[in-house]
Order: sequence, then C-alpha cells, then structure tokens
Amino acid sequence: MIPHKINKAAKQILAEVISNKKFGPYHHMVFAVGDMAASIKPGNFVAISVGGEQSSLILRRAFAIYRAIDKGPMGGSIELVVAPHGQGSSWLCARAIGEFVDLIGPLGTSFGIPTSNANAMLIGGGYGSAPLFALAELLKNRGCRVDMVLGASTANKIFAPLEGKRTVSSLTLTTDDGSAGIHGQISEAIPRLIRELGTEVIYSCGPMGMLSAIAKIAKEFDIAHQCSVEESMACGIGVCMTCVVPIRSEENVKMVRTCIDGPVMDGSQIIWDRKEVSDLMGL
Amino acid sequence: MSTLDFSTKIGSKRFSNPIFTASGCASSGQELSQFFPLTELGAIVTKSIMTKSRTGRLTPRMAETPSGMLNSIGLQGPGIDAFLENDIPWLVEQKAKIIVSIAGETVDEYGVLSRRLRAVSGISAVEVNISCPNVENRGQVFACHPDTSVAVIEAVRRNIGGELPIIAKLSPDVTDIVEIAAAVINAGVDGLALINTLLGMVIDTNSMRPKLAGKTGGLSGPAIRPVAVRAIYQVHQAFPNTPIVGMGGVASGRDAFELILAGASAVSIGTASFGNPNAAMLVKSQLSDLLIARGFNDFRDAIGFAHRGL
Repeated sequence: MIPHKINKAAKQILAEVISNKKFGPYHHMVFAVGDMAASIKPGNFVAISVGGEQSSLILRRAFAIYRAIDKGPMGGSIELVVAPHGQGSSWLCARAIGEFVDLIGPLGTSFGIPTSNANAMLIGGGYGSAPLFALAELLKNRGCRVDMVLGASTANKIFAPLEGKRTVSSLTLTTDDGSAGIHGQISEAIPRLIRELGTEVIYSCGPMGMLSAIAKIAKEFDIAHQCSVEESMACGIGVCMTCVVPIRSEENVKMVRTCIDGPVMDGSQIIWDRKEVSDLMGL
Repeated sequence: MSTLDFSTKIGSKRFSNPIFTASGCASSGQELSQFFPLTELGAIVTKSIMTKSRTGRLTPRMAETPSGMLNSIGLQGPGIDAFLENDIPWLVEQKAKIIVSIAGETVDEYGVLSRRLRAVSGISAVEVNISCPNVENRGQVFACHPDTSVAVIEAVRRNIGGELPIIAKLSPDVTDIVEIAAAVINAGVDGLALINTLLGMVIDTNSMRPKLAGKTGGLSGPAIRPVAVRAIYQVHQAFPNTPIVGMGGVASGRDAFELILAGASAVSIGTASFGNPNAAMLVKSQLSDLLIARGFNDFRDAIGFAHRGL
C-alpha cells in the first residue's frame, strides 16, 4: 500500500488580493495568506473557490504556487500566475485589490532536492514554468547548477520574469512558431542540452504531452525526473478521486491522486502511454 | 435560550446529529479530518468498498456542469481486506461513527462483504450501494429492478446477522422509486439512502467527443436537489416509518432542512465537500440555527413536516 502523503499543513482561509497585474497573456496575482506562506514548499499548489457565493461553478480551481514570501510588508503572501482560460480562472483574474477569495493551501507534494550538488535542468512549458523559479532559487542555494529551459507555442506565452532569470546559470527558450529562441517543440531541444550541460536531474512542469516526452528522454539518459503533473481536479484535497494518474505497481497499474501523491511525482513511475494503461487494465 | 435535541435514529442506532457524509465524497475520512474532527459528524459514510481492490476508470473522470458535476470513478478502492486493516481501525481510533458502504458486481459479492463486516466492531450501520451508475453494464445496476434489489438485500440480511442496520442506497433513474423502496423494505432494510447520482453525459464541443473517458457519469450537486426532494417526499409519503438518509446537492442548512421537511431522518453531504471541505460543519450549524428559529426543540419533529395537514 502506498502511504498517504496528505499535506498536513493545509488550511482553509480567506485570502486578500494584494496585487493583480497583467503579465503578457497571464495574470500575476498576489494574495495575503499570513502564516500559511511559511509552510509552502516549491511544487505545492492551492485550491481556490471561484465565481462568488451565488455561482453555478461549484468546484475549486487548482493553481501551482509561483512564489511564497514568508515575511513581506503585508505579512506572508503567495503569488500565482493565472491564465484566464475558462470561466473560473477568468473570474479569479477579474478580482480587484482588496477583495477576498476562499483559498486552501498548501496542498500536494513538493519537489525533492538532491542530497548532493547536482546539475539540474528545470523545464517549463507555458506558464508551467511558474513553480520552477522558487525551485531554482532553492537548488542554487544548495549549490546546484541550475539550467532552465522554457518553451511555449509562441514567444509571449513563455513566462520568464526578469528576477527569475537571474537565479539560473543558463536559460534556453524554445517556441513552436520560432518567434523566440530555438524553433520547435521544447522536447526536441532537450537531448542536446542534456549532453552539453551534463544534466544529472530533471524537473519539469507543463502540459502532460510535454511531460510525457521528457519522461521518455529522461529514461533514455537514465536521469532522475521529477515532474509536476496536471489532471482535472474536483476537490484538491483527496476525497473525490477524479485527478488520478496511472502508475506502475505490483498489480500492474494503480491510479494515484495527483492532489495527494502529486502534483510532483517521479516521472519514471507514471505510465504515460494510454494504450499501455488500457492493456494493463484489460480494457 | 432554546435547546435543540439534534439526535436521530436509523433502525436501532442513534446518532448525535443528522449530518452525515455521502459515500464516495469523504473517502475514508483522513482527508476531511484535517479540517474538522470526524466526531462532529452524525456519521461518516465511507466510500463504497468491494471485495477486491479496484483500479477504477481512466481519466478524464470529471466534468463540471451548471451547479453540478459528473463523476466517473468506477468504484476505485483498496478492497475489503485493506479497508478493514487500515481504514476502520483509524476511524475507530478517531471515535467516529461509522457507516460502511458496500458495493458488489454480483449478489454473492454483497453476501461476502456482509459476512466480513459481521465480526467488525465499531460500525454503526451498513449502506448497501445497489445504485452506482458507473458500471460497465447498465443491467448491473441492481436498484433498477425490484427483484435484483431484493436479491441483494436478502444476501446482505442473511450474512450480516445481529443488529446492524441495513440502509439500501437507491437510484433516482427509475420509473417508480416507491416500487423499488417497497421491495427492499419488504426484504427487511432498516433505512433508505436517497438518492444516488443521476446518469448523465457531457460532450466536449471542441474535441467533439464525450468529455469523460467512461463516456457517461453520475450527476451530483445542487442541480439534482429537486430530484432528491421529490424522491424523498414520495417514499416518505408511502413509508413514513422507514428512516431515510437524504442526499443530493445539499450545500447549506436551508438545503438540508428542505430534505428533512420532505422526510429525511438524516442528511448526507456529498459534492459540497469537494468545493468546501468544511461544508458538513457549515450545514450542521446552519441547520441547527434554522430549526431553532422555526421553533423546533426536537429535530425529529421536523422530519416529513411538509406532509402535515395535506
């Protein structure tokens, strides 16, 4: 049996919006969360109620934490990068400074840190790069070399704030349309970079297709790979069983909750190929 | 100051208050216990357990709908052995009131599960889930026919022994829910759980394919509350002495009160816990305030109140 990894630090609070700025196609939002900030580790996420009290949107939305500041001028705060894709995220992006949102956090697992110095590559797709900057800082402080690779469909969808760029030893950009950096999909650039940079551990966050491609590369190079996965969630706290991903187990395949056993998981454990999962389950 | 007797009864068992969790919406309690002590609940109804561990369905397993959601989990679970070894002792240690929900693919499987529960101490009742819509074959939904419903209940009755109350969880997806209720009451159940989710479907208009991997799913949330109120009202009218655990889109004290007025002796909180882990506690305190404001000293006087004088 896989032990429960419930994040015991999780609390439900009303968090005040203290900043909300457009950042390219995204919103960079800051919330006052008090003591909660001190218990946040890179990779954790929060779940926020959307739509207001009379809303027909009954489920929380999960957001990876971009940064947490323990003691700022407004006390503890967290920062999120939100893409106004759907009704819920659009509602959140429309919140003004001084408004409060119902927020639960910190939830889920965090990125594991190597015990000795290692060359780390951090790979982010689109705004999936957000949680990687706090990780980069942590790794750098532990003496790791940090190389960051950020990709997106087009240049303005790469989330790479200036202060974040300063923490890394190298930054490589890729775009599907060639509007910035290397022309092509992010995964195409990775093998060459691994060889050149002597990468020993990979951290990734972004769409599942990208994570799957990176998992394959990590396996070929026999490199540890921690990825932050994304599966649609109803609750974020482990009760609904909707956000599962298939992992290898004694009984062929086991579905684990990405809100409890994730979002940060060992990429080599996940069965990325859907057909393989169906076959193992005898569907 | 008014005082309220908030206790309720299902069969021979008494519960300190009428707010339960709904099976499948509280897992086995550990996750919600971070937010409130489980002893605050009238009872925790655990996720329906089967004999063997079960992987469940592929993802996507969830689709949000207006004031509701579809789920298609497919009864993922650890199986009865691991459940009795890990979850029950933990819940007993928490001093939670436990109602174990069971599900089977065959009548025999319900019998086997009941036999396993018979010797377990610390359980207050068994919920017999004969109405999960997320099975491969619609013909497997026992609660769609009186005879299959009765076969399951009889198997449970034969094997469970003793005083443990049996609660049958029924589906609203039937022509006449009173007919199914009559059949299981005759077969000896002590209570009914009304209602399970309604079978629904969402098609993604971008991909132009069903949104859920399992194509269909169970609809829950405030969207189905009027269906729950109707089912509870009809069944309570026909069988006023059979306790009903009501559920279906309850998110506030007012919602719980509505189900109680229709005839529920207890109210389970399901999907609302997904949006707010403290939903059960919110409903409990709001309901208590509302009952007092309406002049009730005894919760049980409010059960089925909407039927009075009609």
